[in-house]
Amino acid sequence: MKRKSHSSAAGVSRRTFTAGLGAAGFVAGTAPFNIVRAQGGPLKVGVLLPRSGYQAGIGQDCQRGVDVTAGLLKDLGLPELQFMNADTETNVDVARSRAEKLIGEGAQVLMGAFDSGQSTAIAQVAEQKGIPYVINIAAAPPITEQGYKFVFRNFPTAPMILRDAFLNQKEIFAAAGSAPKSAVFLHVNDTFGTAMSKAIPGVMPKFEMPYKILETISYDPAARDLSVEISKAKATGAEAVILVSRLNDAILLTREMVKQRWSPMAILSMGPGWYEDQYLKTLGKLSDGPLSFVPWYDPNKPLSKKLEDALAKAHPGVNLNTNHVYTFEALLVAADAYKRAGSADPKALADAIRATNITNNVSPGPGIQFDAKGQNDKLLGSAIQNRGGKLVTVAPKVAANAKVELPMKPYDKRS
Amino acid sequence: MPLEIYLNVAIGGVLTGLVYGLMALGLSVIFGVVRVVNFAHGEMMTIAMYIAVTLFSAFHLDPLVMLVPIAAVLFVFGYALQKALINPFITRPEHSQFLLLVAVAIIMVNVLLILFGPDAQNVQTSYSYDSFQIGPVIVDATKAYAGLAAIVVAVMLFAFFQYTHIGTAIRACADSYTGALVVGLDVKHLYALTFGLGAACVGAAGVMLVLIVDVTPPLGPAYTLLAFVIVITGGLGSMPGALIGGVLIGLTEAMAGLLFTPSAKSMFAFGILVLVLLFRPQGIMGKRSAS
Repeated sequence: MKRKSHSSAAGVSRRTFTAGLGAAGFVAGTAPFNIVRAQGGPLKVGVLLPRSGYQAGIGQDCQRGVDVTAGLLKDLGLPELQFMNADTETNVDVARSRAEKLIGEGAQVLMGAFDSGQSTAIAQVAEQKGIPYVINIAAAPPITEQGYKFVFRNFPTAPMILRDAFLNQKEIFAAAGSAPKSAVFLHVNDTFGTAMSKAIPGVMPKFEMPYKILETISYDPAARDLSVEISKAKATGAEAVILVSRLNDAILLTREMVKQRWSPMAILSMGPGWYEDQYLKTLGKLSDGPLSFVPWYDPNKPLSKKLEDALAKAHPGVNLNTNHVYTFEALLVAADAYKRAGSADPKALADAIRATNITNNVSPGPGIQFDAKGQNDKLLGSAIQNRGGKLVTVAPKVAANAKVELPMKPYDKRS
Repeated sequence: MPLEIYLNVAIGGVLTGLVYGLMALGLSVIFGVVRVVNFAHGEMMTIAMYIAVTLFSAFHLDPLVMLVPIAAVLFVFGYALQKALINPFITRPEHSQFLLLVAVAIIMVNVLLILFGPDAQNVQTSYSYDSFQIGPVIVDATKAYAGLAAIVVAVMLFAFFQYTHIGTAIRACADSYTGALVVGLDVKHLYALTFGLGAACVGAAGVMLVLIVDVTPPLGPAYTLLAFVIVITGGLGSMPGALIGGVLIGLTEAMAGLLFTPSAKSMFAFGILVLVLLFRPQGIMGKRSAS
């Protein structure tokens, strides 16, 4: 009786055992899916941008690219991203500490930081902690020359920008039927400006440009008065000005050119500043004319139109520009990789990013792919010109939607 | 390089230096009398710049027209700050005063950030892009107006200290705190007046400077440092020294940018400071202390 009772209590018949085994098998079989679901929430992306300091205007413009991302990713069938915002304060040390803090707070991917110096610091942190970092904008070549495994850049390096800038300049000069014979080179003395300055002597001779650079003038990007710089540039008698600048200094330089009654034949910018909305709004008619040779977007790609529409809806009156495009694409890379990796495991994410092959994108070129160093080396640059508060693409011919106006209309001839 | 370029740059440097000098004058006046080093000096100037920007964007009031009212607002602010906050610290150790004013400066920067955001702001007057051509020399109109206004304000301040009863009383306080108390002067009131005058000076300088540079909340500390460089070069506590120091630093920065490299402008300004500290520690116009 006792034995029977015991046996009954245990109730482990062959049928029960088989059912139990099946249940255990089911639980075991579904367990991985449960784990995936647990990790299948939004990917936590630490967004590092200079939201204050002298790059604040550009940092906030990049944020507009973040703002429009959610809806577009949903339309593309990509997973949701959860943004963890941080301000680098336009400071390399702050960028480093904010990156560490974001990782400490659970960021699974880092994105940013517009500036080469700040991006270099973040890259070191990301590599040390083993967290994938997708750079939106930063051109200094060394960032992707360090053998990093977790750092990826969908933005051209300084030599790539220069190569395309010189090619597009030659195309423009041929189309306009005139070209400057001399130029003065003004550049900011930060990481990006210095990288561009170092790259020019090596890259320029290959393109047999029609002008000679008479003098190179470097200046502090946080400078509050650039009158001396313009006096010095004007004194060279150069026909054109080549620039690598930022936003505030681009405005200051233009003001000084007007005040010092100097209208060069062409302003050829190879960096940010001259095409930004704040530049156009602050200077009005005086903003017309400069040519920017920059990583831009291909207006003929379907996703470009969608991004333009999303930006127009979120920020009416704001022109789509480099800051929005490359910030959006960096987040697109992260979401695409997260979908393919199926998990937020840092190594799996990094491997997925390395295998990226996005052809439905916005930037010019065949799409987003990374080489062994984590660099998208297939990007192409564009030439854009400020016209009546708008931006038109004047080169390369395949992506152009307007003809170049050269020489630039003198400042004193504008009503 | 043509001679007119040197002249253009030198004139620009002198005019900017005059505005710097007026800003530093405020610091020198406060230290010379109250013996408190105002570490919130640049931040007070930033407040004046934001008032000018706000009045211009809201009512299109030209900053030069608003110079006196804005300086008056800063006077009241400075007076109240001294009376309510700094006076109790007058007899305390210097490090207490230092920490108090650094704290005030940090609060000011952050309040400005909350109120105005981090974007650079400026005023675009009808003469923002004007320049005068005198033969081959081109003079920036805004810098010329600002420089002239700085001279006028400085002359008025000198006259006030030299020829008015209150000015004489303030100078008495500067000469001897105890002596001023003995003869029955209301020293705390006079200190507050002095701080107010220093604040008005820096307010006037801010109004002029907003015509030349864009304003952002973190601009203050850089100008506080610049004011220190100028007053130490010119002579701490010396009013003419502050103006001379301002012009010297403005001119040095401009010419160094032209002759060497613009990115090294500040280096030359600090080089002047080091030379002064080595060979004339009391500053160009300063008096050697009796001890």
